[in-house]
Amino acid sequence: MAKKKKVALKSDKIKFLVFCLVVLLAPLPFAKGYLSNVLIFVGVNSMLALGLNLLLGYAGQISLGQAAFFGLGAYGSGVLTTQFTMNPWLAMVLVAVSVALFAFLIGFPVLKLKGHYLAMATLGVGIIANIAFNETVDLTGGPSGLSGIPNLSIGGFTFDNDLKNYYLVWGFALVAILLSLNLVNSRVGRGLRAIHDSEVAARVMGVNARIMKVQVFTFSALISALAGSLYAHVVTFISPTSFSFAVSVELLTMVVIGGLGSVYGSILGALLLTLLPELLRAFQDFDIIVYGLLLISMTIYLPGGLVRGIPELFRRLVPARRGNA
Amino acid sequence: MLRLEGIGKRFGGLTALSGITFSVIEGSITGIIGPNGAGKTTLFNVATGIYPPSEGAVLLGEKNISALPPERRARIGLVRTFQNIELFGKMTVLENVMVGLHTQSKCGFLACSLRMPWQMSEERRIREKALEWLDFVGIPDLADVEAGALPFGKGRLLEIARAMALEPKILLMDEPAAGLNSRETAELAELIKKIRDLGVTVALVEHDMDLVMDICDQIVVLNLGTMLAQGTPREIQENPEVIAAYLGESED
Repeated sequence: MAKKKKVALKSDKIKFLVFCLVVLLAPLPFAKGYLSNVLIFVGVNSMLALGLNLLLGYAGQISLGQAAFFGLGAYGSGVLTTQFTMNPWLAMVLVAVSVALFAFLIGFPVLKLKGHYLAMATLGVGIIANIAFNETVDLTGGPSGLSGIPNLSIGGFTFDNDLKNYYLVWGFALVAILLSLNLVNSRVGRGLRAIHDSEVAARVMGVNARIMKVQVFTFSALISALAGSLYAHVVTFISPTSFSFAVSVELLTMVVIGGLGSVYGSILGALLLTLLPELLRAFQDFDIIVYGLLLISMTIYLPGGLVRGIPELFRRLVPARRGNA
Repeated sequence: MLRLEGIGKRFGGLTALSGITFSVIEGSITGIIGPNGAGKTTLFNVATGIYPPSEGAVLLGEKNISALPPERRARIGLVRTFQNIELFGKMTVLENVMVGLHTQSKCGFLACSLRMPWQMSEERRIREKALEWLDFVGIPDLADVEAGALPFGKGRLLEIARAMALEPKILLMDEPAAGLNSRETAELAELIKKIRDLGVTVALVEHDMDLVMDICDQIVVLNLGTMLAQGTPREIQENPEVIAAYLGESED
């Protein structure tokens, strides 16, 4: 039995390394093209989807306000580096810590709620944040946005083109993925999944559900804030529409389509839903309808998401070869 | 060991329990019986902190634990199993037991996400211990099966393994024999005795009278939310009030 687990651990490592390799090589075919720009946003969205999936897919706690943490990260970095000319890296750390602290504090009252009530409360957080981005015109530029955010740089090296930014963003994303993979296969991950399956039983087993829910909420906000800071420095211009309720719904769709409770599922969902609008330009104004239809059909036909649905489909198509292995 | 003092529980205008007072003696097996609706499961829910009592106190040893939430009670040795087994269905059998070892490990968010060396060794220790507990209840071969896919009888054993992993001082079992066939019930009786022999005090709610009379040292009878009788299996079997409650009033 112990041997089996060791093999499993090894295959997890190999999976991650293969994934790193794919990320490393992915932009090469279109180094200067439009697509490598899109792949940057796949990276940003992967971090966001991952944050939500830890919360929703593992701990079973919904959040419709993830765009708030994303926006706070982006505006935090944007405002501090433009209005206060702070060092971007310092700003990023400062913002990430503040957003995490903010999530920690609101987490205690908000996560006492369950189901629809939790959805409504997090929705409220998202909407309040969006109103703040729009109304604090002096700081954020309001609806017309905030421009002139500097690119990140280390020493003399500036992340000033798509390819450099791609590796910057994915560097962060890969770290987030690695930490999450470690987390879900540990004592903490088991505690979270236990809370998801039966909160009463988890508590009777000594799992402090309240604290653990707040912790994962905080971690998810931290990843989202970092994604926001990166986003701000990559595109150098931000406006409130990038952090609206629609974005929170988009993230939810990514997680459900990719696979609830799967780290790689989050990435798959982020990839598909970032590329999809590019492929469905004609639908642009109706994208939220497309997302809604996708959500509905996924929950009905593939509740495990694509990451589980595709292998399942393969098994059905080639039943003979698998036999009774 | 565990003492309930004047426990009362009301849900709105409905009195589910009133004036329940008894002690579970250390190292013994106590059975709690009573007709349906007598308040047995409610009593367990109060004892484990799922509901606060409306009145009275729950004492573990000398300590009044009435105000502690379930997870704190679990940490000081009060653990339970559920009537309709509450497993973590999407996790493997082994992982279920590993959750039971939650209180005996301490790696937090940081150590786990960074996979610190001490986290790895703690993980190994938990895994080995979990396997030992699966061995204890006799299902080590099912370690990698998803818990939701287990047949009911095996699920019950897993729930006991998971509860035992906490190394409780006292284990409360809510209808452990419900849904088991007679062979499984006989095996369960042996398992419960084995648990007592480890020094764990056991209290169980049960409808299977043969099981209760066979393994219990003390029996508490509830009826309509009040205590009807308390005593050894022999005393209870001969108690006219108990017979009346179960079989209806007799003419004489």
